[in-house]
Amino acid sequence: MQILFFILGAVALISGGLVVFQKHPLRSALWLIVNFFAVAGIYLLAHAEFIAAIQVIVYAGAIMVLFLFVIMLMNIRQPEADPKIPFIGRKLAGIILAGFTGLILIYGVTKATLTAGKEMAPGLGNTESIARSLFTDYLLPFEVTSVLLLVAIVGAVVLAKSKLK
Amino acid sequence: MNLPLVIAVSVLKIAVVMTVLLTCVAYTVLLERKVLGFIQLRYGPNRVGPWGLLQPLADALKLLFKEDFTPPGANKYLFVMAPIITAGAAFLPFAVIPFAGTILPPEITFYGYKIDLTVAALNQGVIGDTNIGLLYIFAVGSLGVYGAILGGWASNNKYSLLGGLRLCAQMVSYELALGLSVIGVIMLAGSLSTVAIVEAQKSTPFIVYQPLGFVIFMIAAMAECGRTPFDLIECENELVAGYQTEYSSMKWGMFMMGEYAHIIAASALATTLFLGGWQGPLLPPVVWFMAKTFALVFFFIWVRGTFPRFRFDQLMALGWKVLLPLSLVNILVTGAVILLIKG
Repeated sequence: MQILFFILGAVALISGGLVVFQKHPLRSALWLIVNFFAVAGIYLLAHAEFIAAIQVIVYAGAIMVLFLFVIMLMNIRQPEADPKIPFIGRKLAGIILAGFTGLILIYGVTKATLTAGKEMAPGLGNTESIARSLFTDYLLPFEVTSVLLLVAIVGAVVLAKSKLK
Repeated sequence: MNLPLVIAVSVLKIAVVMTVLLTCVAYTVLLERKVLGFIQLRYGPNRVGPWGLLQPLADALKLLFKEDFTPPGANKYLFVMAPIITAGAAFLPFAVIPFAGTILPPEITFYGYKIDLTVAALNQGVIGDTNIGLLYIFAVGSLGVYGAILGGWASNNKYSLLGGLRLCAQMVSYELALGLSVIGVIMLAGSLSTVAIVEAQKSTPFIVYQPLGFVIFMIAAMAECGRTPFDLIECENELVAGYQTEYSSMKWGMFMMGEYAHIIAASALATTLFLGGWQGPLLPPVVWFMAKTFALVFFFIWVRGTFPRFRFDQLMALGWKVLLPLSLVNILVTGAVILLIKG
């Protein structure tokens, strides 16, 4: 199990890096899919089967398909040409920002102490436990999220339809 | 947990299921050609072997010996990967589809060793039973779209790209109706495990309680497979052959295998969810499972032989304005009735 975790972690990190370093947006999107699968595998190792399945269905199965759709419709065949002189200031700022973010993350992760979560009710699986806490403890946030999504849908329809008139 | 035993039994099950499945894929092609022939008052293939029964072998040989052409402007890696993804995504759902009940006793004695077979569903007639079985099927099923969209893009051909985009829009739209149509079944069975869903249908198959769900599921599954009333992706008069235009030889063969495996997977899933799976009187469970599945495969072929093709706007309107609201109503009514009865 440990070996599996390290393999999946390595795949996730390498593919995550490749997402950033690819010049072609389509290749970045494809490496991101690989990354999602590796992360789903890590969820599986943590016995979070429901989260793993949802990760693949929502991210790999829906969101990335939409991304690919957009990239292909815009038909970005050739990557943009490299600027001959890289902007030193921009690169420097990027490196400093990334370094600081990394330091804060490493500090935060090593210092954090996670309190033990609520124990799973006996006789209930992963999906049942999530459903139970979603519809009892977190009912209000759950409903608010659905209202938020409804607002987004209405907004999208208004934006799309207003151009037709 | 006895790891070598688990691996050995799993590999054995996978080998058996894959062999049967690949044979079924080959013969579904023949079945389709024969049935379409009869519907159109012809004989269908009848030259190779008695009644044309060796036709799949001839087809496979012909595909293998054809020139494997890659268009010069194509993206080599993605062009090769696309058929593999399509075929793989179509084969993966069979990992959780139960084709029989218990096939072995829970414990066997082997040279004096007592071996517990209940771990990892070793004694069950399913490759692997998991508590997220249905979600797993939808997760791997949603990956099939990548085969088409990548194949369409990598071919560097306008028709291929348009075909890929069409399939992409179609699959994303109908996946919603497909996913929502099975929620009634999940509510009735109270589980996402395919094995538990089949066991919950011991007395009555769910098609009795979920007729609307079954109809929506079949229509959406037909659209997901890109079958005839919804085969706008390979609409010959507009798009040549859609995303498959530039493919030849066994790469094209992989796309075809994927398509037919997808039909069998959809039929097997409908059997599992709505028709009681392997359950039935007298005959052995595997026979019942195969009979129900092939009845649905025949239905797919029958529809192809007798229905005209939709227009693309009709297809989208049907998906979003009819199937989606109907499946939501189905969930609401099912929930209300369950609450009233069990309440």
